[in-house]
Amino acid sequence: MRTSKLTLTAGYTALLLISALFIIPFVWLVRSSLMDLSQIFIMPPEWIPSPFHWDNFYRALTIVPFGTFFTNTIVIVVSVIVGTVITSSIAAFGFSRIQWKGRDTVFGILMSSMMLPAAVTLIPSFLGWKILGFYDTYYPLIVPAYFGGGIFNIFLLRQFYLTIPRDFDEAAFVDGATYFQIYLRIILPLSRSVLIVVTLFSFLGTWNDFMGPLIYLKSDKLYTLALGLQMFQGSYTAQWDLLMAASATVVLPCVIVFLIGQRYFLEGITLTGLKG
Amino acid sequence: MRKRLFYGLLFTSPAILGFIIFTLGPMIASFVLSLTDYNVFREQTAFVGLDNYIKLFSGEDDLFYKSLGITFYFVILRVPAVIIISFVIALLLNMNVKGRAVFRTIIYLPSIVPAVASAMIWMWLLNPDLGLVNSFLSTLHLPTSNWLYAEGSVIPSVVLTTLWGIGGTVIIFLAGLSGIPKQYYESIDVDGGGWYSKLRHITIPMVTPTIFFNTIMTIIGSFQVFNEAYILTQGGPNNQSLFYVYYLWRTAFRDTQMGYASALAWVLFLIILFFTFIVFKSSKSWVYYEGGERT
Repeated sequence: MRTSKLTLTAGYTALLLISALFIIPFVWLVRSSLMDLSQIFIMPPEWIPSPFHWDNFYRALTIVPFGTFFTNTIVIVVSVIVGTVITSSIAAFGFSRIQWKGRDTVFGILMSSMMLPAAVTLIPSFLGWKILGFYDTYYPLIVPAYFGGGIFNIFLLRQFYLTIPRDFDEAAFVDGATYFQIYLRIILPLSRSVLIVVTLFSFLGTWNDFMGPLIYLKSDKLYTLALGLQMFQGSYTAQWDLLMAASATVVLPCVIVFLIGQRYFLEGITLTGLKG
Repeated sequence: MRKRLFYGLLFTSPAILGFIIFTLGPMIASFVLSLTDYNVFREQTAFVGLDNYIKLFSGEDDLFYKSLGITFYFVILRVPAVIIISFVIALLLNMNVKGRAVFRTIIYLPSIVPAVASAMIWMWLLNPDLGLVNSFLSTLHLPTSNWLYAEGSVIPSVVLTTLWGIGGTVIIFLAGLSGIPKQYYESIDVDGGGWYSKLRHITIPMVTPTIFFNTIMTIIGSFQVFNEAYILTQGGPNNQSLFYVYYLWRTAFRDTQMGYASALAWVLFLIILFFTFIVFKSSKSWVYYEGGERT
């Protein structure tokens, strides 16, 4: 699109302003996490901590067992990612590279479940896990990932598999390969970048999940970071220095993962026209 | 042929089983539960027919109408705000400006911040006495607000905090915008039209499928807001932010009335279906599909 100099300058200024608005909460988070309470409460606000209170992080992370919460979260996140990547890519293969009767109808039915509010399945799922004796364990948070890993991920992978030329499979077939060999040796190696997208989305989805752990976990020692942070907020209401240090710790891994995988994120969203 | 069906079902079986176990089964169970007075702490459970639904709509439970009204108010404020603001940002990002990738990263970044952390940051930013927002407003001699802590401003404040996370919607708009062929704009250049006629006659019609998609997703998401209600306000002050799903959660898990809460869930499902259906129906008159090609 050809644009005049004036429009370009106006647009540039607007972008600068908007970016500033989006970034200020991060700056506010970091600066508050490094100040002591007396400096935090100065009005009008100061922006540079003096001195830098790195000990806020130590204090915030030791008052509440954040180390345990961190390990718990990693255990759940890794288990979910493994299940999601394996089963969603297998299912997506079945929905795109094998021609079978009723395939697209079945896929359509699964897709329609994305419209269903989580609230509808919430109560029976909870009761089911409870009856089986798995309340206050990680099973309710992990096991579903081993059953397809979410229709959104299957959709994402299927969209990609559909773009791989048919000849690849047919040539392999002629050579006597089985479906499973085609999946493992041809399709999987070609879909590295989409698998990374799925990994990143399930990392964020699980790391950020709040309602799941809230409903299924009771014991403090099983808490995830999201839940632990919320509990921390409940007991240290006005301690903004410690609250911000704890929040920054929970945010940081997400930011790092995003910055490393940025290219894949944007590709993934664009590939499907769907949000993660 | 039979072999293909076998392998097709074999490969998709984890997903199909998952759907039956974690979606279809619970969905049916939820409907059955909604016809009972099931309560975790009571020995006996009776089949009560449509009593739960009658109780909801008869006005006996005034919190139902209250939470419904609050949620509608939230949806009506949030959906247009998300769509308009993210569309404008996408338009700006779609210009050929220097540092475009950096701007895009900055705008997308907040959408990956965990809800609990984001809520914490906004509670602190919007703190009535010591927060950055009020101190900034008072420096400019503008009126300050109690934001999340006053009955009148709590819902708009929650909307505001969620606008920080619109990056995903922006990126989808951006994908839609970049799919518009350049030649279309050239014809307007030839006719001597400015940016407004380009926007009005080319950009907006061409991007209607994306507007449609984003509107549906935002409506579905907004009706189900929970994290913000739970962390930011706990439904307060004075139940003025008693969002529907938060009320549902409270009924099911704090008051343990799971039969009644299941009825609440089904009503929400029907409401969301209804609004999605309305938007779908209306789309015929405003969504433009080029050559019948769907994007």
